[in-house]
Amino acid sequence: MLEPDADFGHTRASGSGACRCNTRARAAFVTEPGDTRPAGREDGERMQNTAPDRLPRDLDRLPEIRFGHAEARHLLWRAGFGGTPDQIAIVAEWGLEKAVDHLLEIEKTPHDWPAADRFDKDIMRPETAEEQLAERAARRSQDEDTLARFRLMRQQRQRQDRRQIADMQRWWLTRMIETPRPLEEKMTLFWHGHFATSYRTIEDSYHMFQQNQLFRKHAVGSFSDLLYAIIRDPAMLAYLDNNDSRVGRPNENLARELMELFGLGVGNYTEQDIKEGARALTGYTFQDNEFRFVHDNHDKGTKTILGRRGTLDGEDFVAAILAQRASSEFVATKLYDFFGMHVGSLTEDDEAAVRGVTSRMAESLRNANYNVRPVLRRLFMSRHFYHPRVMRNRIKSPVELVVGAVRSLHTPVRDLSVLLQAMDLMGQSLMFPPSVKGWDGGRSWINTSTLFVRQNLLNFLVTGRLPVGASGASQEDRYDPTFLVQSKLDSRAARRDPARVADALAEVTLGAPSEAARDALTAFAAGHGNTVDRDTVTGMLLLITAMPEYQLC
Amino acid sequence: MHHNDSANARAWTRRELLGNGLVMASAAVAMPSFLQRSAFALPDPAAGSLPGVPEDRVLVVIQLGGGNDGLNTVAPVGMDAYHRLRPRIHLTRQQALTIEKRYTDIALHPALEGLKEMYDTGLMSIVQGVGYPNPNRSHFKSMDIWQTADTSGTGDGWIGRYYDSECCGFGGGESGTAPKKKTTQTIHPPVSIGRETPLALQGRSTKAVAFETPDLFTWTGEKVHRSLVEPYDRLVRREPEAGDDHGSNAAFLMRTSLDAQVNSDQIRRAVAERSLVDYPNSELGQQLGMIAKMIRAGMKTRVYYATLGGFDTHAGQGGQYGRHANLLTQFSAAVRAFYEDLGRQGNADRVLTMSFSEFGRRVAQNASGGTDHGTAAPMFLFGPMVNPGVLNPHPSMNNLEGGDLKYTVDFRRVYAGVLEDWMKADSSGVLEGRYKAAPVIKKA
Repeated sequence: MLEPDADFGHTRASGSGACRCNTRARAAFVTEPGDTRPAGREDGERMQNTAPDRLPRDLDRLPEIRFGHAEARHLLWRAGFGGTPDQIAIVAEWGLEKAVDHLLEIEKTPHDWPAADRFDKDIMRPETAEEQLAERAARRSQDEDTLARFRLMRQQRQRQDRRQIADMQRWWLTRMIETPRPLEEKMTLFWHGHFATSYRTIEDSYHMFQQNQLFRKHAVGSFSDLLYAIIRDPAMLAYLDNNDSRVGRPNENLARELMELFGLGVGNYTEQDIKEGARALTGYTFQDNEFRFVHDNHDKGTKTILGRRGTLDGEDFVAAILAQRASSEFVATKLYDFFGMHVGSLTEDDEAAVRGVTSRMAESLRNANYNVRPVLRRLFMSRHFYHPRVMRNRIKSPVELVVGAVRSLHTPVRDLSVLLQAMDLMGQSLMFPPSVKGWDGGRSWINTSTLFVRQNLLNFLVTGRLPVGASGASQEDRYDPTFLVQSKLDSRAARRDPARVADALAEVTLGAPSEAARDALTAFAAGHGNTVDRDTVTGMLLLITAMPEYQLC
Repeated sequence: MHHNDSANARAWTRRELLGNGLVMASAAVAMPSFLQRSAFALPDPAAGSLPGVPEDRVLVVIQLGGGNDGLNTVAPVGMDAYHRLRPRIHLTRQQALTIEKRYTDIALHPALEGLKEMYDTGLMSIVQGVGYPNPNRSHFKSMDIWQTADTSGTGDGWIGRYYDSECCGFGGGESGTAPKKKTTQTIHPPVSIGRETPLALQGRSTKAVAFETPDLFTWTGEKVHRSLVEPYDRLVRREPEAGDDHGSNAAFLMRTSLDAQVNSDQIRRAVAERSLVDYPNSELGQQLGMIAKMIRAGMKTRVYYATLGGFDTHAGQGGQYGRHANLLTQFSAAVRAFYEDLGRQGNADRVLTMSFSEFGRRVAQNASGGTDHGTAAPMFLFGPMVNPGVLNPHPSMNNLEGGDLKYTVDFRRVYAGVLEDWMKADSSGVLEGRYKAAPVIKKA
């Protein structure tokens, strides 16, 4: 368990009013079982003598000794979807290196996920030659009945396909909730947002599934492999209209996004690069569920892309992108934005520090052939990553909120369709990103109505009370949250003390008890005769999950 | 890039040559009693600003989801092809409502009695043959195209972009953050009645408020136990403390949480009032009733969004009576009640309503007594500020394209008219292209 030491003062939020609470947070951790003495005073005084750390500008390693419960909790939230108090305790005991390796070396964790052959790959298959002939003949002879039959058939297949995409959403959500390899799913989600493709446009669920599997296969693999694969991915080719791009009339959509949104970022290429890049990608299409290179449609002429000249094809185009220094910087920043702080809402000081960190991440990417695993390893083990300005300063995405609540509070899942409806209301519908830019994330998740949806979804998970307007069955599964605080409060006296229970509960759910939470929760408990039973703890949990701070991880 | 097809310009010629005079004459029948007060009403002191000032103007969008059959709404009863191609579901001239004697080719569906009354009193404008180039017949896609005002159907919503232009300049603000340039104006987010925020309302700077019932706009935990109410209120209505970092995410969340409570109080208080008129007990009636209450309560919301679905009448759509007729009745009665309510409130002349659907339906009926996905269809605009009447001719029933009507007016011209002449916004910025504003709003 965590030993008290002066250095631990780094959990103190510099210049923020949170420091008082953190004193208690730390104290609650080091309080020995059965020890009911008021939260550590001396520690608090010692902390005040320690100058607050500046936000590190590099990826220097966090000393192993400073990896405690709070850090373990943080790691589990960021590299996964949070953990129960027991899981946090285990990870804390493992220590930093073992914990990070366990999360990153996903293939070492066995995962018997049922085979994915449950999905029908033929729903949206192209029409057979006979069907095409029959339809053409009907059109010639103005055989309205046959034409109507064909229309009806297409409509039925579309309906069936929409049912299948809903089924896939449930499948993926379940996988995120149940997986013993949380980082695998988290990175799959990262790539999904990075190479955003929406079913709404392509209307082929199996292509979405294939793309999802591609992202999972390369979850912590190489960005380079993925970029080569994406120009051969049927879903992406359809989404960005490359399937009809041919010599003489190239479509620039994929070429543009390959540089602007996937590989380089604005300002690192010219309009001419887009034009020439589009020519390089002509003839890259798909047939049914497979990539197909149509030689006759490919522009075999000489092109100049990003300074390279030759009869370049799509692969040469990707190679030209990866050769740019800007590419590693771009991907590093996206990774940081996903795991660290939202780069869009940084203060000037933080921005400078974050720039230092991302440029080191970029360097690490370049040294590792764009493999993301070593980069994430360095980030997850850095002092920067565990700095108080970074911890509890990320707004949970709807996926993180929902999956994280089920996983960290261990609530029943209740009804996947209700969860997905709520996520849609919160602005994140899996396999339906709003545009090729993906989800903006950060503060854009939060507005006056999504906050209620977030609170009410948590209420649904905890109590089974259906959110108003949601269609689904009422769920009576009982949930008992008292286990959340039991391991923290070993003495019976502590477990009966509402203030201690409130602190412990806030500790596991918010990462740090807050004055406001403690006051409100103890007042609530006082109204119930100061008993601490399942109902009181449930009430406390509902109040905590409604707090603005609960949206942070 | 967007282009304007110049052929469309001709559609307006007749109307523009005639000017407003003629139509005004035909529409200048006595104001119905329910609107008289509004036309001469004094501004509601509670509303705080003068009617006619753009900040005070409201746009209500009614989305008819599923593809409304325009030919069974404004029926070309004077055209042979209509009767020939729709033997089972057509309306006879006798069944349909004559719009005006001089329009011999078209008539309204008999279910639109309420709208006919509004038409007769100069409160309704009909734009025919509205569509866009290379029509897409997928519900999803075509709805996205209408909502983004972009024929690729991608990007932000057109109303979202309007909000962006009002608050931060184009591309100015990052979502959820204060715009770089300080504006004194507070923009009140658009309100959508429904489970989902329509794409049309999604922009960069402002997030729409969407709720199906005001109950959804409240914490359900209150109902778990009443003892939770007081501590909940305390926790969600906190101001960031003096020592807190005001730019932090925690402070941002606290402020939004406080806003949410205030919005929720306001909307729930507004909606708890009784309506001034009886609304039909239909989905759309209830939605418009709620919107009217919010307008009456002096909420500063500029755009409201309501939806009525079920227009995908592939089978058994009926003619004079039946499935489609029932939907039209619902639409007509709800809009009629809405303006009666607004009239009594004295707010009618600051509320413009516009209806649209993602596409019309094919000209010929299908084998199941219904109609399949088509293209162009009429759009309606309501309110005392509209340029009343039938603004352009019905598209040809003989010159079809693969069995579909050829559109004569790009829908973005109608949007441009609403943006320029009602919202007083720069439509070319919002629509990301230049569209000649359709004269749907009366010139002052």
